[in-house]
Amino acid sequence: MNSRALPLYVTIAIFLIGWVICWLQFPNMLSTRVIGNLLTDNAYLGIVAVGMTLVILSGGIDLSVGSVIAFSGVFIAVVLRDTDLHPLVVFAVLLGLTTAYGAAMGWLIDRLAMPAFIVTLAGMFLARGAAYLLSIESVPITHEFYQSLTSAYWLMPGKGRLTLIGVLMLATFAIGIVVAHKTRFGASVYALGGGEATARLMGVRQGRTTVLVYAFSGLMSGLAGIVFSVYTGSGYSLATVGTELTAIAAVVIGGTLLTGGAGYMFGTLIGVLTMGLIQTYIVFDGSLSSWWTRIVIGLLLLVFILLQKGLVKLSEARLAGGQA
Amino acid sequence: MTLLSIRALTKTFPGTKALDGVNFDLRAGEVHALLGENGAGKSTLIKCLTGAYQRDAGVITLDGVAIAPRSTVEAQDLGIGTVYQEVNLAPNLTVAQNLLFGREPKRFGLISSRAMRGEAKAILAQYGLDLNVDRDLGSYSVAIRQIIAIARAVSLSGKVLILDEPTASLDASEVRMVFDVVRSLRARGLGIVFVSHFLDQVFDLTDRVTVLRNGQYVTTEDTARLNRVRLIEHMLGRTLEDQVLHSRPADRGPRPEMLQFQGFGRRGAVEPFDLTVGEGEVIGLAGLLGSGRSESAEALFGLKPATSGEAKDKTGKLDLTSPSRAIAAGFGFAPEDRKTGGIIADLSIRENIILGLQARRGWARPIPRAEQNRIADDYIKRLDIRTSGREKRIGELSGGNQQKAVLARWLAMNPRFLILDEPTRGIDVGAHAEILHLIHELVAKGMSLLVISSELDELVAVADRVIVLRDRRHIAELKGDEVSGERIMRAIAGAEGG
Repeated sequence: MNSRALPLYVTIAIFLIGWVICWLQFPNMLSTRVIGNLLTDNAYLGIVAVGMTLVILSGGIDLSVGSVIAFSGVFIAVVLRDTDLHPLVVFAVLLGLTTAYGAAMGWLIDRLAMPAFIVTLAGMFLARGAAYLLSIESVPITHEFYQSLTSAYWLMPGKGRLTLIGVLMLATFAIGIVVAHKTRFGASVYALGGGEATARLMGVRQGRTTVLVYAFSGLMSGLAGIVFSVYTGSGYSLATVGTELTAIAAVVIGGTLLTGGAGYMFGTLIGVLTMGLIQTYIVFDGSLSSWWTRIVIGLLLLVFILLQKGLVKLSEARLAGGQA
Repeated sequence: MTLLSIRALTKTFPGTKALDGVNFDLRAGEVHALLGENGAGKSTLIKCLTGAYQRDAGVITLDGVAIAPRSTVEAQDLGIGTVYQEVNLAPNLTVAQNLLFGREPKRFGLISSRAMRGEAKAILAQYGLDLNVDRDLGSYSVAIRQIIAIARAVSLSGKVLILDEPTASLDASEVRMVFDVVRSLRARGLGIVFVSHFLDQVFDLTDRVTVLRNGQYVTTEDTARLNRVRLIEHMLGRTLEDQVLHSRPADRGPRPEMLQFQGFGRRGAVEPFDLTVGEGEVIGLAGLLGSGRSESAEALFGLKPATSGEAKDKTGKLDLTSPSRAIAAGFGFAPEDRKTGGIIADLSIRENIILGLQARRGWARPIPRAEQNRIADDYIKRLDIRTSGREKRIGELSGGNQQKAVLARWLAMNPRFLILDEPTRGIDVGAHAEILHLIHELVAKGMSLLVISSELDELVAVADRVIVLRDRRHIAELKGDEVSGERIMRAIAGAEGG
């Protein structure tokens, strides 16, 4: 067995065990309604986590995503309020904007050889500030096209609603899986995360790859912003504070190595769903404080970090054994 | 037929001339060893070939066409592939991904895993390997990885294969495995450059040998006609120009014992050895690169602590399990690689000199600035460190002056036992002589020194005793009149056991 895949199996196992525990207590957990809600409620998080997975695989980090989501919501709401543009046009402009924003951060990271942490931290403040600049108040979105987006769903057996944004998240993951595992760009990202020197020796175009990775993350943040605005029906500059950290947590719980180079896109989906599952459990229980979500996520993170550390140590030991 | 030809290759770095008019010829269907000690210019030569460095002057022709690769990828496309000791391929990608990275077979614009598996298997079959190519590269042994790296390099380039210390982390049977692959590639007509400091492997595998020393071309000879002692003489060289230093130090007779090491060794680095150090004595360590010279020093200083044996002085046992404890025991160590282990390039000369003293006092009691200035100025004058002032960034000084500053740092702490690993590496002739004079002065004051050097004349000029190492073992000790370049070389070559 590939030891790299072990965290993925652990993730899946934890998710299934968690689900069984929930189901034993609340048999309704298995209904398509709950599943539909799980997908809908976590759609924006899942989409942004797809971008984050790629960034972390490349050995970087993107702290700007939460702010970019908030900016996107406010941008859409304000433009729709003040102009007659069709939402689809606004979406296209917005996605272009956030993609360019990500690309610019990637370019700085590569050209200035700056830590991604610092550059994207600056990007986080900038985007949040820009959102405030557009509007401090929450701006409702009243366009009728939005009504149709919000109410678009497929009815699953058992009356569960598979919403448009839920499907969009699943589609994003499908695209993410293809990009990560079926393209040279994906292989470059993995190689870069495994070690820059090696990657360069193998012919990875480091600059191009870095720019593309952050551009992709920017694109995903923009898309998540659109989904979030559909989900909430408004744009608010104070929204999604800390979402970048939740996304990072989902990626790590999904079995991706925080130092880069190892992990699976599919694991991130499971990570997002696991976090959603905890939330759902707490809602079902009704008596627990919602802060328990954070505590459980914290514990899970700890478990995964320890697991990864153990795996890294194990493979190092094996390497040393091979050399003796 | 000459495949690759290098003429008058020159490459200069600030402070050092890494390559100075070097010539090198590689024929198709030969394995050509490139030999030399650290700093001889081997890796600079290879980096000029692979495009990692741009040469300052000289001509490189491949198949009669002048080339100037600007990147590893460009060199590969030209036909020059390289395999290093480590970091060749990404251990977190699969074997197939590694083999075919950059030219993956595609279907509908996406990578076709099945075609990739097939191609990877076909490439490995040429090397007699049948692996699960979907597993991570990292799950295979170093030898297999090395062969996969060779396979990738050959399938990408196919004319010249450069092997840079490919066997350094392999055991004997793995080395045979890699060598079989290399021989089959030679039979296929590739020109192979083989860099290694294992002389046995050089004699075993190669057809011709080229030796570099201090950035200069020394000689090229057929391996079959090569004499081992001569080869070592070519590599180590005898380059002292200061005639005064050619004389042996006066035999001062046995010195009062100061330090005793018994069964001192480190698993995997250097076999246990006994060593007695007298007061005011200079002990030389001689041997080829990888013979355990530096490893001995690192164990003595606690940098890579000994795993066996003990150290004693008159007062009792010494704790040498970390550099700070060794310093507390009165030890000092100026390591071989000045840039990473000696100086802190971005700090000033004053800060570099004061570093050791301050570390000993602890950060809570800073040395007053006036005192710092006095100490720094004092050493700059005494050691004749050529600088425009004590506040100059030490990285801007020449190698010799950097080395003097490193020495000043230790002298300020007044150790009783100072270890110098290649103290004159990469510094010019004048500074070279000054440092040797300094060693004489220190000894006269009663300090004991352990000097590691590739330059035999240097050892002959300063050492009371010379210990010779081979294959990580202390194999011989030469005293008094026995100490001569000839004797040391014969001991290294194995003509004179210990």
